[in-house]
Amino acid sequence: MTAAKKVERAVLTFLKYFSLVFFSFVALLPVVSCVITAFKTETEYQQTNVMTLPEGLYFGNFIEAFQKANMGRAFFNSVLILVCVLFASVFIGTQLAYVLNRFKFPFNNLIRNLFLFASLLPGVAMQVSLYQIMNNLGFINKLYGYIIMMCGTDVISIYIYIQFFENIDISLDESAIVDGASLFTIFYKIHLPLLKPAIVTACILKGVGTYNEYYSANLYLQDKTRLGTMATSLYTFVGPLGSQYNLICAGVIISLLPALILFIFCQDQIYSGLTAGSVKG
Amino acid sequence: MAGTVAVKKKKKRTFKEWMKSRDGQQVQVMIAFMTIPLLLLFVFTYLPFGEMFQFSFYNMKYVGERTWVGLKNYIRVFQRDDCFGALKLSLYYMAGSIVQLALALYLATILSFKVKGGKLFKGCMFFPYLINGIAIGFIFKFFYTRGYVFDTVLQWCGFDLENLPYWLRDQRINNISLVATSVWRYFGQNMVLFIGAIMSVDNTLYEAAQLDGANKFQQFRYVILPSISTIVTLNVILSITGSLSAFEPSYVITSGANGTATYFVVMHEIAHTQQKVGLASAMAVVLLVIILFATLLQNLFFKYVFRSSDDEDPNAAKKRDKQAARAAKHRAKAMESKSGGSALPEQNR
Repeated sequence: MTAAKKVERAVLTFLKYFSLVFFSFVALLPVVSCVITAFKTETEYQQTNVMTLPEGLYFGNFIEAFQKANMGRAFFNSVLILVCVLFASVFIGTQLAYVLNRFKFPFNNLIRNLFLFASLLPGVAMQVSLYQIMNNLGFINKLYGYIIMMCGTDVISIYIYIQFFENIDISLDESAIVDGASLFTIFYKIHLPLLKPAIVTACILKGVGTYNEYYSANLYLQDKTRLGTMATSLYTFVGPLGSQYNLICAGVIISLLPALILFIFCQDQIYSGLTAGSVKG
Repeated sequence: MAGTVAVKKKKKRTFKEWMKSRDGQQVQVMIAFMTIPLLLLFVFTYLPFGEMFQFSFYNMKYVGERTWVGLKNYIRVFQRDDCFGALKLSLYYMAGSIVQLALALYLATILSFKVKGGKLFKGCMFFPYLINGIAIGFIFKFFYTRGYVFDTVLQWCGFDLENLPYWLRDQRINNISLVATSVWRYFGQNMVLFIGAIMSVDNTLYEAAQLDGANKFQQFRYVILPSISTIVTLNVILSITGSLSAFEPSYVITSGANGTATYFVVMHEIAHTQQKVGLASAMAVVLLVIILFATLLQNLFFKYVFRSSDDEDPNAAKKRDKQAARAAKHRAKAMESKSGGSALPEQNR
């Protein structure tokens, strides 16, 4: 290797790590500054610069934020919503994918296109009329109403399931039919267990989306003391508390803690889920 | 009499038989499995879609009477400055998404080679994607406040606080500040998508290119880029519709104050604060038409650009990949002989 090449390689390596460190820093800075501020006492927050490290680990903000924003209740609601939505959307999604992938019938393509077209419509635009429909159904300020609505808008996971079905060999179905199994049995006993990886993937994607959803939750679960979710409970800090950032930051950190924990344990599944969802979505 | 009973019995039996037959089962499964999803799709997507279209011809509030006004709402959408003018802000978001994609592509390429601590870097850059919108709003209100995080960091770098603008108030810069938050939130996610696409490229291609001495840039240019061009183009195109319907950054951080209100933020305000449901619906319909039109153009563009690769059979795709690899080899060799040529005189000296 010549000297010139060595220099080139060294420069490239430096550039490589510099970019990675720099952009990781950029990505973490806003969150880290929040963590720093969340650990400061009231006087410390007012007297020191925001980026000065706190003198000690003060947990008072977390406790106060947790109580003020009623986050215990909010966490319970979020978990309840998450469990129901995931459970329902796994069944709805896999069943629909099964029908669309395995059966040939006249409206098959039309239905696929209807779902695809639905994903093009920006959700915010539809809220004007959706609000009236939710109102007429009596779904406003009802946890179950919100849950049902959240189940209905799920195109990406359906596509993940359809893709997965394409890889399950049809001869498996055929031999089960020869053995006398009904189509229901085939779905529940053979396909559902095989779909496990796709289900995990879709659930993680849907789970993150549901946990972080705040727009509809704010609109349809207006009673924040009873029906707040982890995301909407942060609305408590809008208004009179709006400049108490030591408190707000603590609230923000609490609300993103569950996502962080999930991320640390399921990093690879999240990545692969994202990649799988993007191919056709 | 007896005859008809017999016929009825026969019919019943055949119905039962039909139920047990494969066709019958198929119909049962279809009814059982499709009713709920289609009902949900209808109630929460197409019904509101239709209603919205209907509302757009009325002068109405959420409650109370409505009066038919024909196309007046649409005319007002085009006349009001705050409605259609807000679409100009999309240009900021479009520019932002181009920056975001370029950044994501660059970092994805780096991370797809062997890097120490690659997983950690990837995780750090991806994490913003997992934060909910409201939290993002607070984080950046805090981040951009005068004298707080961003200003402090810039002061570390030698900037004077006096010369720094108010990031969220100064109309020359506040939209850029907002777009930056959107880039911050999504570049890691884009990067992960691109890494996924790069990883799905046949590994032997890299090995061949590496064996032939192609450098990093050549590997990127001749092996990586051709094989992920589809997903890159797709993302570029998606960012156009995405920028037209930009909503979150402005909604959660500035609530549309100081000239940062995008089209949807204006629409949201008109619908929920001013309660002009008809006008808001007309705005939504107009934007939907624009988005659909853009999507249609995109599809045509896609068909035109990638027509050749779609029509190919798998063998042809393999052939093309091989050709790409061969081209990479060729280039690499040419470069090597060049650098060899330049190295020789050096040795002679």
